Amino acid sequence: MAYQFDFSAILPYSGQLASGIGYTMLLTTTGALAGVALGILGAVLRAWRIQPFAWLFGLYVELIRNTPFIVQLFFIFFGLPALGLRLGEGTAAVLAVIINLAAYSTEIIRAGIQAIPRGQIEAAGSLAMTRSQIFRHVVLRPALQKVWPALSSQIVIVMLGTSVCSQIAAEELTFAANFIQSRNFRAFETYIIVALLYLALSVGLRAVLARIGSRFVVRRRTA
Amino acid sequence: MNRRTVLSFLSTSALALDVFASLPAHADVLDNVKKSGTLRVAVPQDFPPFGTVGADMKPQGYDIDMAALIAKDLGVKLELIPVSSTNRIPYITTGKADLVISSLGKNPDREKVIDFSVAYAPFYNGVFGPADAKAASVADLAGKTVGVTRGSVEDLELTKIAPAAVTIKRFEDNNSTISAYLSGQTQFAATGNVVAAALNERTKLRPLTPKFLIKNSPCFVGVNKGEAALLGKVNEVIAKAKKDGSLNQIAQKWLHNPLPADL
Repeated sequence: MAYQFDFSAILPYSGQLASGIGYTMLLTTTGALAGVALGILGAVLRAWRIQPFAWLFGLYVELIRNTPFIVQLFFIFFGLPALGLRLGEGTAAVLAVIINLAAYSTEIIRAGIQAIPRGQIEAAGSLAMTRSQIFRHVVLRPALQKVWPALSSQIVIVMLGTSVCSQIAAEELTFAANFIQSRNFRAFETYIIVALLYLALSVGLRAVLARIGSRFVVRRRTA
Repeated sequence: MNRRTVLSFLSTSALALDVFASLPAHADVLDNVKKSGTLRVAVPQDFPPFGTVGADMKPQGYDIDMAALIAKDLGVKLELIPVSSTNRIPYITTGKADLVISSLGKNPDREKVIDFSVAYAPFYNGVFGPADAKAASVADLAGKTVGVTRGSVEDLELTKIAPAAVTIKRFEDNNSTISAYLSGQTQFAATGNVVAAALNERTKLRPLTPKFLIKNSPCFVGVNKGEAALLGKVNEVIAKAKKDGSLNQIAQKWLHNPLPADL
């Protein structure tokens, strides 16, 4: 083959790759924590039909789940300044990730909450548990337990989706890849390395989520 | 053939050669233009704002106005010949056109084939920003954000010369770079003056005014080699147009920015 592979051409840019990984991880972590928290709120409001919030959240979920992530991101970054709201690329990226994940996790967690049998909640009430105790132990935890694999997958999807944030000059991993490729023109070497880095990040993130799941979400069988 | 005949043949040939060699001087293009009453100019047809075809199917643009200016000064009719960027120089060297005014930049290879006038149009990459923002050099950008299209000439040059205090935001394409500037996400934008002109024409949201140059490659009028009289005339017209402001008018009309003082 005529093409001479040269992976050493990537070496001078390893610092950029490292900071790109850091940016992607930060974006994913912040997005996941706030997104899932917002998702729990939305799920409760929707599952228990607390109006008018349930209706508003429904509108929001449909709006976000039926539009592309990149359009949402561009709207926040390029569109909102027209209304006087100018967010830097970092803030805009985090906000877009949170808004996106919150919509998906609302629906995922809602499914979990609605799968709790009504009798289980009534039984908890008859055991004189307080409302907040019922919510924590009888509703939320079993609900999250049921949907944890789906929620974990969604978080991984969002992590991979942060690559789009390179388009608004947020310097995450894909931005680093595009930058390196524009300087050394080593597209094959650059993108295969970055693909492997994403793979490692995904595997790592899944492991962390599985760990969190087994430690905090899945009921421990204590005597 | 004896010796005498050979000699006389040789001397006749030499005479003939001499006549041929001096032919171009006699067939002076400027004279021909004046005699025929038409100036034939090679202009672009697909390179806005220098030369495009308007809604009325007539060529229009900076280069066309420049050609008209020269024809007017010579008092002759203007004949426009649409050319592409690859055949514009052959049109001159083969005598199919008298002048090439086709956003032509100067380089040593081209200088071997044709002669260039003085510069008549600005063509450069630079940093642009709002009219009231002060940035005379790259050092003034410290603490500011500049949008640039990743991998472009502006990106590579700016990355080389910008101090660390300058935040360079690299976008995927020209459109994103411009959108980021228009929405105020970047304080400055590094791009070509032609891009800036096209933008200033389409939107008044946040005009791009030139701050400083990154890479300069102005446009020149091309004439065939050895056409000193024509070249002198063209230079004279350009100098006059610069002085009386008519070239500045053309620049304002097509590039939406005044002619740079150093052109």
